[in-house]
Amino acid sequence: MSNSEQKTPLVVLRNISISFGGIKAVDDVSLDLYPGEVVGLLGHNGAGKSTLIKILSGAYEADSGEIWINGEKAEINSPRDARDYNIETIYQTLALADNLDAASNLFLGRELVSRLGTVDDARMEAETRKIMARLNPNFKKLKEPVSALSGGQRQSVAIARAVYFNAKILIMDEPTAALGVHETAMVADLIKELKAQGLGIFLISHDTREMMELCDRVSVMKNGQLVGTERVEDVTEDDILSMIILGKNPKREAA
Amino acid sequence: MTQTPSSSGQSPKRRESAVSRFLNATELDTRLLGMVAALAMIWIGFHFFGLFKTGFGAFLTPRNLWNLSVQTASIGIMATGMVLVIVTRNIDLSVGSILGFCAIAMGMMQVHILPQYLGLGHPAIWIITVIFGMAVGTVIGALHGWLIAYLAIPAFIVTLGGLLVWRGAAFLVARGETISPVDSTFALLGGGPYGAVGAMGSWIVGLIGCAAVIYMIIAGRRKRKTFGIPQRPVWAEYFLSALGCGVIVGAVLLVNSYYWPRGIVRAYAAENNIEIPEGGLFISHGFAIPVLILLGVGIGMTILMNRTRFGRYVFAIGGNPEAAKLAGINTRWMTVKIFALMGLLTGLSSVVASARLGSATNALGTLDELYVIAAAVIGGTSLAGGVGTIYGAILGAFVMQSLQTGMVLVGFDAAMQQIVVGSVLVLAVYLDNQYRRASK
Repeated sequence: MSNSEQKTPLVVLRNISISFGGIKAVDDVSLDLYPGEVVGLLGHNGAGKSTLIKILSGAYEADSGEIWINGEKAEINSPRDARDYNIETIYQTLALADNLDAASNLFLGRELVSRLGTVDDARMEAETRKIMARLNPNFKKLKEPVSALSGGQRQSVAIARAVYFNAKILIMDEPTAALGVHETAMVADLIKELKAQGLGIFLISHDTREMMELCDRVSVMKNGQLVGTERVEDVTEDDILSMIILGKNPKREAA
Repeated sequence: MTQTPSSSGQSPKRRESAVSRFLNATELDTRLLGMVAALAMIWIGFHFFGLFKTGFGAFLTPRNLWNLSVQTASIGIMATGMVLVIVTRNIDLSVGSILGFCAIAMGMMQVHILPQYLGLGHPAIWIITVIFGMAVGTVIGALHGWLIAYLAIPAFIVTLGGLLVWRGAAFLVARGETISPVDSTFALLGGGPYGAVGAMGSWIVGLIGCAAVIYMIIAGRRKRKTFGIPQRPVWAEYFLSALGCGVIVGAVLLVNSYYWPRGIVRAYAAENNIEIPEGGLFISHGFAIPVLILLGVGIGMTILMNRTRFGRYVFAIGGNPEAAKLAGINTRWMTVKIFALMGLLTGLSSVVASARLGSATNALGTLDELYVIAAAVIGGTSLAGGVGTIYGAILGAFVMQSLQTGMVLVGFDAAMQQIVVGSVLVLAVYLDNQYRRASK
C-alpha cells in the first residue's frame, strides 16, 4: 500500500483511553487504517487489543479520545452507531446466540421484515443459504441452533454476518483461533479478497507468522499502551516478538 | 426455529422406524406430543380412579372439562408472559400479588368511584375498569423491569419484594375489605352460563379456527415453494389439517354439550317469556369468555414470539445476553418492556379472576406465582434461558389445573394436593432434562 498515504484514512483513532476500576486498559493509543489495508494488532493477553477495538465497534465508550471515519469525526456510543458507519466486527467469542439458527444470528438486530412488519424467516434463510454457499460450501445445517454446529461452522456464521452487510471497516478478533488448517486458509483467502475489494481490516491474532503474511502494517500493544506501528516489510518476526515481549523495537532503539 | 430441536435433520442413511418417519414427515414437535400424552394420562387416570372409588367418573364429563378450561384461563394468561420472563433468564415472583392489587384497584374503580360519576350499571364502567386494571399491572411491571434493568437489582429480589409490597398495598387500599358486587357486564369476563358465547358463537369460533388452520398449511406450502425449502409430503399436510380441524370441532362439540343448569334456564326462560318445552330446555354454554381471552392471548403471544423482532430479541437475550447487546439490541429497555408485558397480562388475568369470583379480595391470586412458574416450566421453558414456547406454557397450565381439579374430584385433601403438585413439578423438570439430553 505504497500510495495509501495520499488517501483519506478510513479510520483514525486518536489518543484513545479507557480505564476499568482505576486500571488503564487502553492508554492514549492512536491508530489509523486506510482503505484496502490490513492492520494487525498484536500483544499479550490483556494488552488492551480487544478493548481498543471494542471501543471502535461501540461495545465500550472511550473515556477520552476521538474517532474519525472517512475524515469526519464520528460519535460511536453503541454497536448500532458503529454499524451505521459500516463497521462490522467478528468477536473473539463470536457473539452468537446459541439457541438461534444461523439465519437468525446472521440477521440479529437487522432482521428482514415482511410488509406486515413480521420477521421474514424464509427470506432470511434463503439469503443465508446464498452467502454460506460462497463462504463455506459445506455448510448445510441452516435449521439447527448454532450450538449444534462445529467451531469452524460457528466461525463462518460470525464471518458471514460481517461480510453480508457490506462492511467498509472490518474488525476481526482472532478469527482463526478455533479453526483447523483448511478453514484457517479459507479465512486467509477471504481476508485477501475483502482487502482487494477495498475494505479496511483490523486483524487481531497471536500468530505472528500469519500476521506477517496477511497484514500491511502491524501495531503492537503492551499494558494498554501502543509500543509502535511498523510496515511488515520493514521488520522481521523477531523484531515483532521483542516488541511484544520487551515493549520496544530493537531496530528503532539501535537507530 | 427457536424451539427445541425438531426430530428432523437426522442422517438419511439411518434406518428409521415408521414412527420417526411419521414424525419427520409431519414435523410434529415430540415434546408437544409428550405433553398431550401426559395430559391424557392425568385425565383418564382421574376419571377411572373416580369410577372405581365412587362408582362415578366425574373427570371426563363436559361439565368438568368446561370448568377446567375456565379455571385454567387465569393461570394460562399469566404463564404466556412468564415464558418471556424466564426465557430472558429472569423470574417474576410477584404476579400473584400484582393480580391481587389489580383486582382491588379495579374493585375500587367499578364499585366505589365510577358509579359516582357515571351512575350504577353504566355500560362504560366495565371497559374503563378493564383498561384501568391492565394499566395498573403494566405500570407495576414496568417499574419492576426498570429496577431490574437500570438499577441492576436481581429480578429474584425485585419481585420477591414486589410479592410482599403489592399484597400489602392491596390490603391497605381496601382496608382488608372484600369489594363486591362487581359490575354485571364485567362479571361476564369470568365465565359462567351468561359469560359464554353459546352454541352458535362456538361454531363460529370453531369454523374460523378451522379456516385458519387450513390457510396456514396452504400459505406454508406456498412459502416453502417460493424459497425452495423442502416440502412436507402431501399426505402429511392432509393429516395435519384433519388433526387441527378435528381438535377444534371436538372442542366445540364438547363445550356445546354442557348445558345450562336447570335453575338458570328456568330464570332465563321466565325473564324472556320462553315456554319450557316438555323434556326440558337445553341451552349450551359454548366457549366461556375467559377461555376465548386465553385463546386470543395465546395466539397473540405466539405471533409476538415467533414472528416479530421483539420475540426474536427475547430469545437472543436468553441465548446470549452479551451477543444480543453487541448486535445492537437495547437489552435493558427490552427487560423493561418484557416485565411491563408480564404486568399487562397479570392485569388481564386479574380481570378474569375477579370477574369469576364476582368480587375483589386482597387475597386473590395468593400462590399464583408458583402455579404460573410451574406451568411455564412444565411447558418446557428452560430456567437456563433461551428456550420456551407459548403453547407449552398454556398446556402446562392445563396440566397443573387438571391435577388440582382431579384431586378435588377424587377427594384428596389440601395437604395431599400440595404434596402431589410439588412433586409433579420436580418430576417434570427432571423429565425435561432427560428429554433435552436425549435430543442433543
